[in-house]
Amino acid sequence: MELTVNGETRQLTQPLSVAQLVAELGMAERRIALELNGEILPRSEFGQTLLAGGDTLEIVQAIGGG
Amino acid sequence: MIQAADDPLLIAGRSYQSRLIIGSGKYRDFEQNRAALEASGAEILTVAIRRVNLGQQSGEPSLLDVISPERYTILPNTAGCYNAEDAVRTCKMARELLNGHRLVKLEVLGDRKTLFPNVTETLKAARTLVADGFDVMVYTSDDPLVAKELEEIGCVSVMPLGAPIGSGLGIRNPYNIRMILENATTPIIVDAGVGTASDASIAMELGCAGVLMNTAIAEARHPVLMASAMNKAVAAGREAFLAGRMPRRLYASASSPAAGTFFPPL
Repeated sequence: MELTVNGETRQLTQPLSVAQLVAELGMAERRIALELNGEILPRSEFGQTLLAGGDTLEIVQAIGGG
Repeated sequence: MIQAADDPLLIAGRSYQSRLIIGSGKYRDFEQNRAALEASGAEILTVAIRRVNLGQQSGEPSLLDVISPERYTILPNTAGCYNAEDAVRTCKMARELLNGHRLVKLEVLGDRKTLFPNVTETLKAARTLVADGFDVMVYTSDDPLVAKELEEIGCVSVMPLGAPIGSGLGIRNPYNIRMILENATTPIIVDAGVGTASDASIAMELGCAGVLMNTAIAEARHPVLMASAMNKAVAAGREAFLAGRMPRRLYASASSPAAGTFFPPL
């Protein structure tokens, strides 16, 4: 199963929830926001949302800027 | 006497003692940014929203670990967006990131060379965001008609540029800023163009409600010292505005009385 995360293609060998993917990326404790296929996915829904092939995710954070 | 404590900056129902808003870009590191923020006295800090680096170590601190959103008002900014759709998406991401926080800085740019706003897309994004419940502080050109329209849309603050972003050229068209101020019913904040302390004072002396800057502090040889200078410049400019300056005269007006000299008058 193939996903696009922040523009990079990733292969998933087993079904994963968004929460599991975020943990795998080491982002579980970080202040992030996530869009799944162009729609905001609230953090409270990470656990119950299963990823499907072809999904596109954007994961963002706050960084320095004017 | 009118004092700063009785004269807060009011934005979207919150009051701030400082009228300086600073950015968090271009600093050497988080520590320098934190120290500059402290020295500036600013209570509002802009941030950018960007993709996380997937290779990043999970233990590596992020900006908001160093600068606490509990202590400062974080103002997420749509910098880097060139159309309304991307700007609206960025604001929605920011709202999620900051647990429902509604205050955003809308900035829709026109091109990379001037970083002037794309006013058409800015107006479009402003309408969408206000309808969606955001409190929008909006970066725009120094066009008084556009500023008025943004206010009528419901933006909580209109922020005309003093000069191009990062240029440090100062307030290039004080007369336009004055026209904007004359019609304003929301806080007018000069956003962009300030290069040094006197520029910030000029903006405040014109009657602006505040000044937003990033590069003038971050690119100073000593950013923390410049942050302290800007703190004073904004406060001094505000006090001078409230005090009401003397009229300009073409000719001199002696401060010492002409009468009572012990030598013959001229």
